[in-house]
Amino acid sequence: MKVRAQIAMVLNLDKCIGCHTCSVTCKNVWTSRQGVEYAWFNNVETKPGIGYPKDWENQERWKGGWRRKSSGKIEPRIGGRWRVLANIFANPDLPEIDDYYEPFTFDYEHLHTSEEKQASPVARPVSLLTGQRMEKIEWGPNWEEILGGEFAKRSKDANFEGIQKDIYGQFEKTFMFYLPRLCEHCLNPACVASCPSGSIYKREEDGIVLIDQDKCRGWRMCVSGCPYKKIYYNWESGKAEKCTFCYPRIEVGEPTVCSETCVGRIRYLGVLLCDADRIEEAASVPDEKDLYEAQLSLFLDPEDPEVIAQARRDGVPENWLEAARRSPTYKMAIDWKVAMPLHPEYRTLPMVWYVPPLSPIQAAAEAGHIGFSGEIPDVRSLKIPVRYLANLLTAGDEFPVVRALERMLAMRIHMRARHVDGVVETKALNQAGITREQVEEMYRYLAIANYEDRFVIPTSHREYAEDAFDLKGSCGFSFGNGCSDGTSTANLFGKHKVKVPAKENGR
Amino acid sequence: MRPFIEQAVFGIFPYVALTVFLVGSLIRFDREQYGWRSGSSQMLRARQLRWGSNLFHVGILFLLFGHFFGLLTPHAVYTALGLSVPDKQMLAIVSGGFFGVLCFIGLSMLLHRRLFDPRIRKTSSAMDIAILALLWLQLVLGLVTVPYSLGHPDGEVMLKLADWAQHIVTFRSGAAGFLEGVAWPYRAHLVLGMVIFLAFPFSRLVHIWSAPIWYVFRRYQIVRRRGAA
Repeated sequence: MKVRAQIAMVLNLDKCIGCHTCSVTCKNVWTSRQGVEYAWFNNVETKPGIGYPKDWENQERWKGGWRRKSSGKIEPRIGGRWRVLANIFANPDLPEIDDYYEPFTFDYEHLHTSEEKQASPVARPVSLLTGQRMEKIEWGPNWEEILGGEFAKRSKDANFEGIQKDIYGQFEKTFMFYLPRLCEHCLNPACVASCPSGSIYKREEDGIVLIDQDKCRGWRMCVSGCPYKKIYYNWESGKAEKCTFCYPRIEVGEPTVCSETCVGRIRYLGVLLCDADRIEEAASVPDEKDLYEAQLSLFLDPEDPEVIAQARRDGVPENWLEAARRSPTYKMAIDWKVAMPLHPEYRTLPMVWYVPPLSPIQAAAEAGHIGFSGEIPDVRSLKIPVRYLANLLTAGDEFPVVRALERMLAMRIHMRARHVDGVVETKALNQAGITREQVEEMYRYLAIANYEDRFVIPTSHREYAEDAFDLKGSCGFSFGNGCSDGTSTANLFGKHKVKVPAKENGR
Repeated sequence: MRPFIEQAVFGIFPYVALTVFLVGSLIRFDREQYGWRSGSSQMLRARQLRWGSNLFHVGILFLLFGHFFGLLTPHAVYTALGLSVPDKQMLAIVSGGFFGVLCFIGLSMLLHRRLFDPRIRKTSSAMDIAILALLWLQLVLGLVTVPYSLGHPDGEVMLKLADWAQHIVTFRSGAAGFLEGVAWPYRAHLVLGMVIFLAFPFSRLVHIWSAPIWYVFRRYQIVRRRGAA
């Protein structure tokens, strides 16, 4: 056993209102630069839909994640090491920028400079790549917002696997929910494995996956390797970039920008302890449906004295162990099992987990009564098909999804009985397999969701690892290259690219 | 005057070019790694790149190693291995010609794409375009030498060129003298080749130093402890 601490995130989809505040604040902080205009380290998709980039969940097409070979070993789906090198001159599995969208702005200047005309002037769209006018915008960020576009296109969503999807195109049967997505900071990251230069790494102390901007050579295999398509190629700098989990904030005990600004309070951050020795074994289980359970088995009980002793031996600081005991993510993912990983079948062991959304009870309205399964409304009569959620969160295994939805319904029944009827209702709890103490804590975390409960982030201990004296006067965060951004005009090795000011090239 | 120019271009300039190439690369690697990358534009436009880039790279890699071993292997080594001088020249012409043509097709596609695809053109630096044009010109000059070489199948010129290169890299004097009477395409090819060495550290060509061969030998997962890297 080797104990490693990891900061994990849980998103409660039941409360996501799709306001995109997370995406916008993330964008403003991290990707409002030339080269990554098209990149959203955090984005919110409306499901069902093909998502961003288009069709990202279709791994037959994009070849992201891992593949289990007949020998029982796993290798990146884009191919083994020689295969990756053979494809280095032209990566056959790389999305084009149009698969995300061609970044654009509008020619606002024209509104000021237009001469007097009969019709009022219009700010026309202008490509941020070429500076040329775009006649028609074919795709953009969040193109499928709230079921935008026709069902025929949206239904290409890979999560419809094994579902008679045609009926969900009907107005009465339609369903939707929001899926905010960011880098999963996986335990078994496929991006790290597919990087030929070895520039991507996982941090031992908190599990954050980062790209060393100095070491990245722009071979762009990571973009293909990541099944979530959460590594972006900066076309200006020629380097790959990704969500940093706002590590400068995490290090000082603050939540990521997306979590901090979430108005629905759906995001949780906390420490999980995991057994690093068994990661490869867990990622290699034969049946995809066992991956969720295999991943769960990696997480260690932070109250267990043996785990604590081993963690101390492995150099996990005391305040991290304390944070692990109070971790909201441990409670949701492991204790109550209401949160599940996104697409465990990719075998990356993702560390951003999701509480599945409840939805209106569809069959009830039609039949005039609510279908009950014991004490709890039948979750199979919810508008969002259980199978759809299972395809998203548990590789198609419906049992954990049903269990989570039942626990959330039981929580509502219990709290309603307590607050409205003034009685203690335990039959639903028994059926859902949770105790009264658990469900009241669940209520506190899921419904009240206080700041201190949502974010339990220990500060990092840099002084253990390096001599802080040497950091005196250094520049803190930068895009590699020391304190320089590597694009100064005076640079002998300048890679200063032709800038595209929209107003000069727009017309 | 003429011997002086000969000496300057073929006796001194090679050292200037090689020094800038090596020292420049070292300084850039040490100081400016953020700009050290292949500079791929595949993501902006895959069309013409799949064939173009593959043909170009396969061709140029063969030509690079062909020139390296062809010019720098001492004559005695391959004659001892049973390869006569005329045979070696024929081998070089046939294989170099074949891969040269592959490379020419690929490079022409890449150059066309870079100049005429608005997305690629607008996002290219002047050096991106210049280095591609230089390589294209150099490749054309190299191909132009093929018929000249066929005109003297005894391999005499090849030996002269190899002697020149070997004298340069072993710091022996009189290297420029070997090139007397060698036809203009060879001489132009040499000069342009040195110009490319000169431009190397200032262009995206530095990614050649970083060819990730060792990827084959590394473990899949990399975990870094703070301060360790």
